Amino acid sequence: MTDTDANTPRRKSSLLELDARTRKRNAAETRFKVYGLIAVGIGLAFLLALMVAIISNGTRAFTQTFITVEMTLTAEEIEAAEASVLKTGKYKEMVGTAIETALGRAGIDTDMDQKTLLLMLSSSAGADLRDYVLANPEMLDQPLTFDFLASSRVDGYLKGRVTRESLSEDKNLDAAHLDLVDQMRDAGIVERRFNWRFITGADASESRPEAAGMGLSMIGSLFMMLVVLACALPIGVAASIYLEEFAPKNRFTDLIEVNISNLAAVPSIVFGILGLAVFIQVAHLPQSAPLVGGLTLTLMTLPTIVISTRASLKAVPPSIRDAALGVGASKMQATFHHVLPLAMPGILTGTIIGLAQALGETAPLLLIGMVGFIATNAPETLADGFLAPNSAMPAQIYEWAKRADPAYYERAWGGIIILLVFLLAMNFVAILLRRRFERRW
Amino acid sequence: MKRTTLSVSVLALAAMTATAAAARDNVQVAGSSTVLPYASIVAELFGENTDLPTPVVESGGSSAGLARFCEGVGENTIDIANASRAIRQKEIDACAENGVTDIIEVRIGYDGIVFASQKNGPAYDAFQPADWYLALAAELPADGAMVSNPNTTWAEVNGDLPAEEILAFIPGTKHGTREVFEEKVLLQGCEDTGALAAMEAMGMDEDAAEAACMAVRADGRSIDIDGDYTETLARVDANANALGVFGLAFYENNTDSLKVATMGGVAPSTETIASGDYPVSRPLFFYIKAAHLGVIPGLKEYAQFFMADEIAGPDGPLAAYGLVSDPELAATQAMIEAEQTMGN
Repeated sequence: MTDTDANTPRRKSSLLELDARTRKRNAAETRFKVYGLIAVGIGLAFLLALMVAIISNGTRAFTQTFITVEMTLTAEEIEAAEASVLKTGKYKEMVGTAIETALGRAGIDTDMDQKTLLLMLSSSAGADLRDYVLANPEMLDQPLTFDFLASSRVDGYLKGRVTRESLSEDKNLDAAHLDLVDQMRDAGIVERRFNWRFITGADASESRPEAAGMGLSMIGSLFMMLVVLACALPIGVAASIYLEEFAPKNRFTDLIEVNISNLAAVPSIVFGILGLAVFIQVAHLPQSAPLVGGLTLTLMTLPTIVISTRASLKAVPPSIRDAALGVGASKMQATFHHVLPLAMPGILTGTIIGLAQALGETAPLLLIGMVGFIATNAPETLADGFLAPNSAMPAQIYEWAKRADPAYYERAWGGIIILLVFLLAMNFVAILLRRRFERRW
Repeated sequence: MKRTTLSVSVLALAAMTATAAAARDNVQVAGSSTVLPYASIVAELFGENTDLPTPVVESGGSSAGLARFCEGVGENTIDIANASRAIRQKEIDACAENGVTDIIEVRIGYDGIVFASQKNGPAYDAFQPADWYLALAAELPADGAMVSNPNTTWAEVNGDLPAEEILAFIPGTKHGTREVFEEKVLLQGCEDTGALAAMEAMGMDEDAAEAACMAVRADGRSIDIDGDYTETLARVDANANALGVFGLAFYENNTDSLKVATMGGVAPSTETIASGDYPVSRPLFFYIKAAHLGVIPGLKEYAQFFMADEIAGPDGPLAAYGLVSDPELAATQAMIEAEQTMGN
């Protein structure tokens, strides 16, 4: 011991005192940890900013301002309204009269004529009243209480988006209306509350953002996802089983494998053009139909499902296959009775992730006619659900963000919240499946 | 095993429903994003006032809409194309090639094109078409030669305008609005300043001179916006000295963030456009495929409803949204009633 000490020159080292090199290495490690924390911090900050933006902009879309009026409808009034071209316009005038009555009863004086007064009311009020009357003809001549939507400007005032100054050049509402709204709110005629119509309703035109809802585009998305599930899952699983368990390993299958991986990286707009060319122009499927949207998204989702299915098939240990083959099972029996059930949790997880990806996809839908004023007629039959024109949630959000009225901007954010809730729910189910059923060897 | 057979049968079911894709019962419309708001308002009212389903209105631009319109006759093609400009002869020929020979042209009304800046920005209240030509042209004639546009501020163009850097967001070439902007503003300004005459004196033929009048500078002072007006609004919001080109209806929905500029001393409004005092406006159209009349339920009813006095008239919902109603509405109504096609 002392020999070596004497012969080889060596650095002095102490357990208590760090030498320069160790100190340097430790410093590098500390720096790296700090970089990592900064990276994570930046990521979290962006996430936080996104969540704050979405929630602060979007939650307002879930409440809406309503005007509550009492009115008694008579058969003559209804008949006169039904005889005109713009029936809903006449119904809206009836609501106008009811508002005047309500103002009088609450002791609010105004010198506005009915037409000016009606600027506070959504143009959907006429249609809502007509729908009610047609559905409930027995309710004539009875005093009824209705909640009608207020116009988007009045609603914006209660939400703080519209002020007296911002209305100075607006021809849709005046500052004088806002004074009236203040009084009506005190009298309980005007109230802002939760709006189910945003979640269940159909799209509305540019002139009535207050009446627009996500409901129909949710149905459109649902039918699209059904198509994706029905097409992508069997095709994807069958392809993976063949490639993983039965296909010979040669150049050709290698080529297929590489191509599937490449396909997963193809931008989704490319699948949109493919869908337009194949399903609409060649196969003559109807435009704007969820069926076409679903088939297009199937193309996009297939590689995701194939890759995750193959990964989970690979994860099943060969001993399972060997044991099955050893007791005399055919290769197919070994695969379907033993390997596939064990791989199922992984396959389902991959499928759900693929579906979630498809649910949030907008670009391919732009090309197959799912953007515009489309989600307006609820499907009446199952076939209608697949074939009648409809939109999808992300396409609806995109459409709202484009529209002129600032109230639609708010609804676009609200739509994002609904879409995110769906995506989170799907991812949660995927995690749950993996946690509960996945087996590790 | 069972799972696979189930999925296969679902697939077969999907294929079966696909082949049953016949008998469309709703009207399908596509085209100009400028006409889309009006068409969607009418479609919504049509759905709630009749027993027919609400028509489907897609956007995508006038040219794209007319191209789809001309794809042929049949249930898989659209019935109506919206356009913010008149159909071109080239498109009529393309239509005829695919068997779309009978087209009914319906003029909805007029739409104003407005120039607007940030609400809190400088006021532009002395615009003439000539100012826009001098500010945005790629090259200007000077002493018998074309020189690249030297103007950098609005004050250099016209002493009455604020001394602000020139920065304009104009609609991209795929928009019908661009064509109107070029013809009614740039070409007009080119003529007014005498630049057109100067170019012709330099030996350019008429077409080349007009093309030079409408060529927009590419040095970053004029920016094409291919998206919608919402994108133009966002860009104007971010640049204090910027001017944007908008439709009147869009401006009227965003008066809280935009300040409108006058043109020729006149502020744009439905009144000044109807009277012709405000110079920059254009007619809006939709085109009906006559072969679909009587085949697609509700097509003629939709057109009639659209052009009814209660809808397209001066007191109707379209005028309330920003459309300048057509004084010759009665003639249009008679034309739809008689199903009078173009050229007849």
